[in-house]
Amino acid sequence: MIQSFDYNAVLVILSGVKATLILSAIAFGMGGFFGLLVALARTSGIKLLERLSSAYIDFFQGTPMLLQLFLAYYGLPVLGFPVNPWTAVTIGLTLHASAYLGEIWRGGIQAVPRGQTEAAAALGLSYHHRMRDVVFPQAFRLSLAPTVGFSVQLIKGTSLAAIIGFVELSRSAQIIASTTYKPLLAYGVAGIFYFAICFPLSMYSMRLAKKYNREA
Amino acid sequence: MTDKDSGFEPDHNVSHFAVGKEPIITIEDLNKWFGDFHALKNINLQVAERERVVICGPSGSGKSTLIRCINHLDVFQKGRIVVDGNELTNVARNVDAIRAEVGMVFQQFNLFPHLTVLQNCMLAPMRVRGKSKAEASQTAMKFLERVRIPEQASKYPAELSGGQQQRVAIARALCMSPKIMLFDEPTSALDPEMVREVLDTMVALADEGMTMLCVTHEMGFARSVADRVIFMTAGEIVVDTPPLEFFDSPDNPRLREFLGQILHN
Repeated sequence: MIQSFDYNAVLVILSGVKATLILSAIAFGMGGFFGLLVALARTSGIKLLERLSSAYIDFFQGTPMLLQLFLAYYGLPVLGFPVNPWTAVTIGLTLHASAYLGEIWRGGIQAVPRGQTEAAAALGLSYHHRMRDVVFPQAFRLSLAPTVGFSVQLIKGTSLAAIIGFVELSRSAQIIASTTYKPLLAYGVAGIFYFAICFPLSMYSMRLAKKYNREA
Repeated sequence: MTDKDSGFEPDHNVSHFAVGKEPIITIEDLNKWFGDFHALKNINLQVAERERVVICGPSGSGKSTLIRCINHLDVFQKGRIVVDGNELTNVARNVDAIRAEVGMVFQQFNLFPHLTVLQNCMLAPMRVRGKSKAEASQTAMKFLERVRIPEQASKYPAELSGGQQQRVAIARALCMSPKIMLFDEPTSALDPEMVREVLDTMVALADEGMTMLCVTHEMGFARSVADRVIFMTAGEIVVDTPPLEFFDSPDNPRLREFLGQILHN
């Protein structure tokens, strides 16, 4: 039976918006946490840590995100961790985001002049305080624009989760498209939602970049 | 600006006798390599408490590297350094403890640009010494007054002139009540008209009995303040003598050449 494209159809797509936002927020939050560890390892000055984190970043930047999601979805059960689509997608996106954010923040940390760390060290500040009080505040400003820019990529990237059966915005649009036989309308509405979320973020990222370029 | 303006009345003849005998820094057979480059060769040096030592030499002679080894900003491969009874090791806790007692002033000031002048001076006393905010702020203001810029306390470093920034950097180091102060070409990045205000601050510090190691080409400062002047070339200490002999009867040909070059400029 063909359903009409009515208010209910829009509500289904809207629930997909919610899933996309939740998934993006979790991936960004957990990816941010692990990304910070990656960035710290990458700038630690300890050869082994630097090589490992560098290889980690290279792997996730050098393979498609879809493949990373497949690996999480089909690979974890092989390793003895049966996963549902939610868990697989969360883990896949977290790993992906941690590699990209780690690389962005590594750049920010390394852009802070060496003299800053030296001055902090010469005052007797511990590594923890050198990073927290001197390096991070300066690296944060430099990294903010690319970080917001990456969050846009991540939100759009969550659409790939549809392929392993996770119902987010793209997948819910696909469901409505097949039940109403109005694919253009369904995907059009989904597109408007994506744009409404991502465009303001992109604008914000560009404004930040301009602001800090002017100050620098 | 004159000495009188600065409010300090240096009297080097008196303070010279105050120099103690206990070495506060002992450096034995120090060797450092940057890859294949032998940057420091068998350096032996003792500095007594309250002693003022000026180190000079051509660029690349290892003078900055030498003082940067004392607070472990540069790592050395061979030899040992003992600072105030503590031998320098590679253990972070030991290194941080020694750094807390050794103040350093850099050529490029290296103030923290995201913090105000006052916050720059308060950070380490609060984080390292565990001082309260009120206490740290009081100490910071005391030293900002000593370097004569208390009125700049709430400004950010970028709003200050080079000379002012360097004086803040000195105050920031002093807020940790260091036992030793290291100066790494503190006036080399300054416009000529600002050199004097920084040197005045350093002279005042010397008069208070601070143990100082200064890498500088300010020969007037060396002549009037230093107890000893050290000349380095190619990673070695070749001359280590009181300023009078250093300037008036240099018997080392490389030193004569060096003095000829910098005193002509």
